[in-house]
Amino acid sequence: MINWTALIVFLVLFALVTCLGFVAARWRRGDLTMLHEWGLGGRRFGSWVTWFLIGGDLYTAYTFVAVPAAMFGVGALYFFAIPYTIMVYPIMYIVFPRLWSVAHKHGYITAADFVRGRFGNRWLALVVALTGILATMPYIALQLVGIQVVLGAMGIETSGLGGDLPLIIAFVILAAFTYTSGMRAPAMIAIVKDVLIYVAVFAAVFAVPMHLGGYDKVFSAIPAAKLLLATPPAGSTGSFSVYATLALGSAGALFLYPHSVAGVLSASSARVVRRNSAALPAYSLMLGLLALVGFMAIAVGVQSMPEFADGFKHYGNNFAVPSLFLALFPSWFVGVAFAAIAIGALVPAAIMSIATASLFTRNIYREFIRPDCTDAQESQMAKIVSLVVKAGALVFIFAIPFQYAIYLQLLGGIWIIQTLPPVILALYTRMLNGWALLIGWATGFCLGTWMFITMNFSPVYPVHIMGTTVPCYAALAAVVVNVVVSFVLSLFLNAVWSDRHKDVTIASDYA
Amino acid sequence: MSGRHDEHQPVRPIAWARLLLFIPFVAILWVPFYNSVEPMWQGIPFFYWYQLLWIILGALIIAVVYKLEH
Repeated sequence: MINWTALIVFLVLFALVTCLGFVAARWRRGDLTMLHEWGLGGRRFGSWVTWFLIGGDLYTAYTFVAVPAAMFGVGALYFFAIPYTIMVYPIMYIVFPRLWSVAHKHGYITAADFVRGRFGNRWLALVVALTGILATMPYIALQLVGIQVVLGAMGIETSGLGGDLPLIIAFVILAAFTYTSGMRAPAMIAIVKDVLIYVAVFAAVFAVPMHLGGYDKVFSAIPAAKLLLATPPAGSTGSFSVYATLALGSAGALFLYPHSVAGVLSASSARVVRRNSAALPAYSLMLGLLALVGFMAIAVGVQSMPEFADGFKHYGNNFAVPSLFLALFPSWFVGVAFAAIAIGALVPAAIMSIATASLFTRNIYREFIRPDCTDAQESQMAKIVSLVVKAGALVFIFAIPFQYAIYLQLLGGIWIIQTLPPVILALYTRMLNGWALLIGWATGFCLGTWMFITMNFSPVYPVHIMGTTVPCYAALAAVVVNVVVSFVLSLFLNAVWSDRHKDVTIASDYA
Repeated sequence: MSGRHDEHQPVRPIAWARLLLFIPFVAILWVPFYNSVEPMWQGIPFFYWYQLLWIILGALIIAVVYKLEH
């Protein structure tokens, strides 16, 4: 049965955002036949727009559905999303203004551009670009899940051929405005989306405890196994090290994703990046409160309500938050909240497809296929690739079992962090050798993938250190090996085959 | 907010101030310290309010370092 009131509010908001997406092309007008204008909004976004843009970029619709869903299903362990976002911003403050400065000086659009300039090694730049593309593709596909769940919750059939249609329409709209407006579209839409998200989250955070009679009622309804982390068994650091390494590894990986880099490089100055590392935690607070909404869904008992049985059967725990909204709020407000989630999927999906398109065009097409292409041809190519990327994400979600998209997204985190040495460490030292970094990357990539597969597609691998078992996020374990290999090999390679003279950057570029 | 010229003024990195940025890492990576229900605050177990509090403290620390360096 279709919830018409919610659906109409939803469609009106969605239509409004679509118009904004096209209007955005005229905003802070620039020559959209240049890749940095299309792909980075001309590097013209000040503190406020950057706050909305990066906020909308990092805290995706998938995050907003999956984190409370995991709290609902598993509990405390998935609260690691909070320490993760606590540790991200000191890293952002220290590291990324340097990347912004060197990129601004040399016209770099992607992390791989920087690697190319720093090491003069196109093969190292190629693996950085490919890793970025590979890690981002499943992430784009997962954004569709957010849209699918809220459509389903409003009573629209989302399975079968006809059921795919609403998703296809949403993605065609997304593709069209990304093509015409580039980075300006998600920047403008992010502002609307955030207002909606904040309204929805604060309503839930205040209204639900009031309905139940206070936060103590929420928490007293949570079974002990979900409320806290399990105490580790003897001889193992158990869930404690799982929690800490998941948080630390995710924090190390986040700003290596192409969409995060694109968000940072769109800022108008390094100072805007620094200022935002103090301002963006406001989103973390919202995510933390939203995670608790997963617990509220347990306390309200949505899972045992007969009207939601079908939804849980279809969408599993991802249905927890939508069903809570349906259970407690009037239909028009449900429409607002669901529109926030769906529009929240469009922003990161747009930025991710722009960033992967820039990577392909700059670091593969222009580097290896058409070195003589003009700037206009380069920009045109990127626009077309952004369409291909989104079509790929659609095929992905329709043709491949959903669980594989989650596996690939988990693997994506393990893969992307392997670009930390050539991107982040290289911002500080040129002691590393390009070829050593390439071998280090390959080692980390293979080792991390192997750990993931041997643990039956789980990202946690038990490392044995002096008789103690330390279950550890595979991404973190693998990147440690990657760093060691890179440094040790650099010592040898620099002696016999130094590539330091190929560095086109100088120390003052980084300030 | 400042003008365009000022926007591109380089920071003056202050080493001791940047060390402050490590405090959130220490506070949050030692998991056994906060994996408990008590002390509760407003009905919220320690595990949850402690980490939510560190979001705010972490942001404040970054803001202080930013002020010191600009």
